[in-house]
Amino acid sequence: MFLKRIALAGSVAAFSASAGYACEIGGRVNIVGNEFAAIQAVAAGAKECTGASVDSNLTSEHQTINVAGLSGNPSEYTSAIIANSSIVALMNEDVIRPLNDLVEQHGQDLQPGQLIKIGDDIMAVAFMANAQHLMYRKDVLEQAGVEVPKTYEELLEVAEAIREQGIMQNPVGGAYASGWNLAQEFNNMFLGYGGSHFKPGTAEPNVNSEAGVNALNMMKALSEYMNPDFLTHDSNATNAEYRAGNVAIMNMWGSRASQQTTTEGVLQEVVDGHAIGAPLTVGGGETPASTLWWDGWTVGKNISDEEAEATFIAMKHGIRPDMLNDETAPLAVWLIEGYEPAADAEGVFAAAKMGTPAYPMLPYMGLMHSALGNELADFMQGKESAEQALADVEAAYRAAAIEQGYLQ
Amino acid sequence: MRHKTFLWFFLPTGLAMLLFIAMPIVSVVIQSIFAPHPAVLLEVENCTPLIGCTTETTIDQQATAALREAQPLGRFVGLGIYFDRGHLAIQEISQMWAANESWGGFFSDLSNLPFYRAMAFTLTFTFIVTPLTILLGLVIALAVNSLHRHLKGLMIFFSLLPMIVTPLIGSLILFWMIDSRGVIGNALVYLAGDPNFSLKASTGLMWVALMVYGVWSSAPFAFVVFYAGLQTLPQDQIEAAQIDGATRWQQVKFVVVPHLMPLVTFVALIQLMDNFKVFEPIIGFSAQAHAQSLSTFIFDDLGGETRQLSSAAATSVMTIIGVAILLSPVLVRTWRDFKGAR
Repeated sequence: MFLKRIALAGSVAAFSASAGYACEIGGRVNIVGNEFAAIQAVAAGAKECTGASVDSNLTSEHQTINVAGLSGNPSEYTSAIIANSSIVALMNEDVIRPLNDLVEQHGQDLQPGQLIKIGDDIMAVAFMANAQHLMYRKDVLEQAGVEVPKTYEELLEVAEAIREQGIMQNPVGGAYASGWNLAQEFNNMFLGYGGSHFKPGTAEPNVNSEAGVNALNMMKALSEYMNPDFLTHDSNATNAEYRAGNVAIMNMWGSRASQQTTTEGVLQEVVDGHAIGAPLTVGGGETPASTLWWDGWTVGKNISDEEAEATFIAMKHGIRPDMLNDETAPLAVWLIEGYEPAADAEGVFAAAKMGTPAYPMLPYMGLMHSALGNELADFMQGKESAEQALADVEAAYRAAAIEQGYLQ
Repeated sequence: MRHKTFLWFFLPTGLAMLLFIAMPIVSVVIQSIFAPHPAVLLEVENCTPLIGCTTETTIDQQATAALREAQPLGRFVGLGIYFDRGHLAIQEISQMWAANESWGGFFSDLSNLPFYRAMAFTLTFTFIVTPLTILLGLVIALAVNSLHRHLKGLMIFFSLLPMIVTPLIGSLILFWMIDSRGVIGNALVYLAGDPNFSLKASTGLMWVALMVYGVWSSAPFAFVVFYAGLQTLPQDQIEAAQIDGATRWQQVKFVVVPHLMPLVTFVALIQLMDNFKVFEPIIGFSAQAHAQSLSTFIFDDLGGETRQLSSAAATSVMTIIGVAILLSPVLVRTWRDFKGAR
């Protein structure tokens, strides 16, 4: 009996010691976020916490529910996992809280680079980075006898060489699907040419400029080497083309790098020839024609302080350094202490090193992105001039910005 | 029925209609004449990982919250949103009118405005798909009706398949078939003899594909309605026509179709309404570059990173008005019949 009690006490002590290191929370946690492997790993980490319920709703439609889900009081969700484009909607609606005091209490060991600061307020904790960069088939480039391009101008020459030698009819891939994807490709190219979406310090559009016209002309030139259906190809379709061996070179999301060769049904020649490179520059510019992204988590405003604290502790547990193992490390370019970048992460790190600009985190950027997505397809189909397309973008943006109260 | 009895009989339905149909419409109308408050913007230092700090603009939440508190509905803009470029574009049209000498130039400029471009597609779609659906539905109904009774059940099942398939899935299946690497797409490339031929890249062919899908997916509905109508066809009239020496075509034209006329009106009514709101095929075919409709505008407004509720509400009200205009000839006729009956 005595021995039994000793053993019990010992195990309780051992348990509490590990629980102290593990995670004990005193309020409910409910996470809403996008659905991909890296975010699932973070949510799974948060769910290891005990003491109260930890739920998650990970869906690719998270953006359509996260504002509503954080708006009630108390709100359905206590944390939203977002990227630098989607945090803007949450800040515009004022549904997430500054994390300064929670970071001070519980987050001393977070890396300074993980803290997303807007002014003096820490609004999110980032855990992974993403950027579009070059992916190519080194075997095809070798066969064509061309170097790996460093600029989009060189990429056009590479594409021409591959087509001329009859290796591939449409060697260039691109997520040019009309809508969000097309607008994002324009953003990359526009920033690469040194453009700026808005007149400094205002919400006035500024895309109908030399940089805008150059960006569109370059996109048009690239599209000549793409599958003629390019306006319907989003990043999933573009990757499918790449894995099927129909595409030799493309600008693609770093977060897709690790799945490029591991997905079921990839051709062996693609697995062998797959390589990644730094993002390309354009028009003699120094910073790449790409944008840098981060994914991070936030804590809702319309919840009790206990729930906020519990959420912070659980989410921090989800991104603790020892969650990185052989399984989770290749899923993303983690911003977590102790992360050793694998070969798949080179492209994103090169993008950061080359000074790739961040995707603009402005309250009215979402409206600009929508306007670009709706109005640029006409130009890509050759139905109107670049100037006319950009004038249409500005007009469409202006109408939306006036409605939303950003412009008078 | 006495008025009082009718009132009590109708009351539950009336209440439900008020609650679930009238109230949402009122709320949408209110939403469409109010817009968010002007945002109070603020310049701040913004720090992000791997990049460092930059100066960015953000919303001054305290100042904006005070504005929201004072007027929770937002600022009143009247019909401002209805008239902006994303909708009726009154100002842009008057400029085009002044700038263009010829009708051709005016219409080509007009097609650059999203609302009018969407209208051009929606109305073409509606007025081509609706009659074709009715015609195809009638043909299938007549064909199935003349089959041996053992075969009928099987054929009815197969004819209904397009309606059983979820619209979005049906359009996705067709989408992959017409892809330049798909079955139909590849056959077209072979027939055209041009390796760069793409159905999805051509606006005209995309419209055709959308309309083919529209007819394919709604023909079963017309078929079911007409097939039911054929079961009530008085046999003595057909026999009389046969004795008079009418050919099969004459029987259909002078006996069957007049008998089915009320059903044709019904199917036309439903199809006009449905086709005017064309949505699933445009999404399924990723055809936003070639074709838009009022429904895809609403989808875009609500699906963007910044949701444009007022704009979506205005488009919704315009959809209701559009449907009402389309249906008005039929409704006027029904009203006349009703008055005539009294």
